[in-house]
Amino acid sequence: MPGDSIVTNPSTAVRTSDPTNSEAVRRRDHFLLRAKVVDTIARIIGLVTLTAAIGYVVGFTLWTTWISFTDSTLLPDYEFVGFKHYRRLFHTHLWQVSYENLLIYGVCFMVLAGSIGMLLAVLIDQKVRAENLLRTIYLYPMALSFVVTGTVWSWILNPSIGVQNFVRGLGWIHFRFDWLVDRHMAIYTVVIAAVWQASGFAMALLLAGLRSLDQDLYKAAQIDGASPAKMYLRIAIPAIWPIVLAVLVILLQFSIKTYELVQALTAGGPGIATTLPTAVVYDYMFQRGLMGQGSATAVLLLFSLLIILGPYAIYGRIRDRRMSRNG
Amino acid sequence: MANDSTLSRTTRYAFVYPVLIGFALFFLVPLLVVVLNSFRTFQEISQTSVLGWPRAWHWHNWSEAWGGYCFAGVCSGIHPYMWNSLLIAVPATILSTLLGAINGYQLALWRFRGDSVAFAIITFGVFLPAQMKLVPWAISLRALHLSNTLSGLVLIHVIGGLSFTTLFCRNYYVNIPQDLIKAARVDGAGWFVTFWRIVLPLSAPILIVTVIWQFTNIWNEFLFGITFSEGANRPVTAALMALDANIAQAREYGVESAAVLLAAFPTLLVYVLGGRYFVRGLTAGSVK
Repeated sequence: MPGDSIVTNPSTAVRTSDPTNSEAVRRRDHFLLRAKVVDTIARIIGLVTLTAAIGYVVGFTLWTTWISFTDSTLLPDYEFVGFKHYRRLFHTHLWQVSYENLLIYGVCFMVLAGSIGMLLAVLIDQKVRAENLLRTIYLYPMALSFVVTGTVWSWILNPSIGVQNFVRGLGWIHFRFDWLVDRHMAIYTVVIAAVWQASGFAMALLLAGLRSLDQDLYKAAQIDGASPAKMYLRIAIPAIWPIVLAVLVILLQFSIKTYELVQALTAGGPGIATTLPTAVVYDYMFQRGLMGQGSATAVLLLFSLLIILGPYAIYGRIRDRRMSRNG
Repeated sequence: MANDSTLSRTTRYAFVYPVLIGFALFFLVPLLVVVLNSFRTFQEISQTSVLGWPRAWHWHNWSEAWGGYCFAGVCSGIHPYMWNSLLIAVPATILSTLLGAINGYQLALWRFRGDSVAFAIITFGVFLPAQMKLVPWAISLRALHLSNTLSGLVLIHVIGGLSFTTLFCRNYYVNIPQDLIKAARVDGAGWFVTFWRIVLPLSAPILIVTVIWQFTNIWNEFLFGITFSEGANRPVTAALMALDANIAQAREYGVESAAVLLAAFPTLLVYVLGGRYFVRGLTAGSVK
């Protein structure tokens, strides 16, 4: 059946008839085979990478959660002990204080960084000169490590070497600015450093939002004779409300995750006046070698993050659905 | 907004510019302080404050910070730790970006059942606090014999970076028309050829963003660095903190300033060179 063989196995058929062509065909077959092998290997790599990305998130979350229900100390121990560590945490002074600190810091930081970001975004939006330069200046702290930010602010705010001493040197010998070592005020130094680092970021996001707005929106308001301030408060900011909300959520999760900034600035002190939950996790896990207790603290940290992100994600879902329904 | 008619000249010069310039100073002063201190002598700073103009410009602090100053008992300056950070950040950035592109390609253009769930989980990974990963990494690194090695930190940053890089690339790739992929498939291009020949060449804008983002984050990372490395294997952020915590000796603010600037230099350089893309990276995903 010569015709059949041509259809089912062209390479052998051709090879018998034309020896010079057979080389080309063999090369083509080889190429196809190689392409198939490469494709299979690539797909396996793709599958492994995707599995790693997913498995890492799910696996590590479950792993730490499990450890939090065990008495693990320096080495993991997988015997279940129930909510013991969680119950203990709720009665631990350090843990309670760390959340009080987080509340003060988180709220102040979010409000200040959010409003400074908004103010700068609105002002930059006035067709100012040197816009690019100003934006670069506002945003560069975001390229720095928190260690750098914390270290530098710890000098500036240090009463014996920073602003206080500088002003005293100018002649005001009774000038006082010692928040860094004042246990009631130290948490606000963390706010200052964090606002310094993140306001430009809020500005960049909000400015992108303002720039995405339709110009016609303003023209209508202008014809109605609205003042510029009113136009922003009544029209522009409500129109970019989803972005404002996103910025606030990002700032809030930033504050919950704050760790090295405090370590470099105050190391949690004076006393535990600036200790945040992230530092409590580290303290339990690596300073005291209490892996189980530290994991429980980490799980509660994740939990406080979810309390904010959960409703936000649901809100986003509803908004998307409404938008797709309205076309 | 910003029509020329929206603001009067008076408001502009009495309010807008003063506020903008005032904040510019607020953001610049700490940088100025560090730069000036890096040229001032120990005596000069300790007699006055960290806020001041150098009496003379000394380069001594810079050479000390680079190659002489002692961190935790080793007097080699900051340069070996910068080298460590580079050895961690460069491979981790390249690998996590490439793997993120592969993941984004699969999630956006090679749809499969459950891909939206997979994407939701990966997005969640972006928000997962590092503290949730410490214990699993400690156990995994010990099992892999990678504790206190640079390879261990590279592994952490590659895997840990996948959430971000996948998110960036996926959000970029969903805008590539499916027809393009279908046409390639009709022409006999397989999974890999489609990725390598069609998707990857289209990816330059997002890959730049991802690389800048990853490099900055990995270079600046501290928690994993301090937890999973010690001594000579420390990345630069952890070494800086060790310098900072050297309370036993009198604080050498001048040398520390130079060290801080050296440590911040690579990411600042990346920011200045690729600032436009950096902003795009920061805003990616939140503003569309």
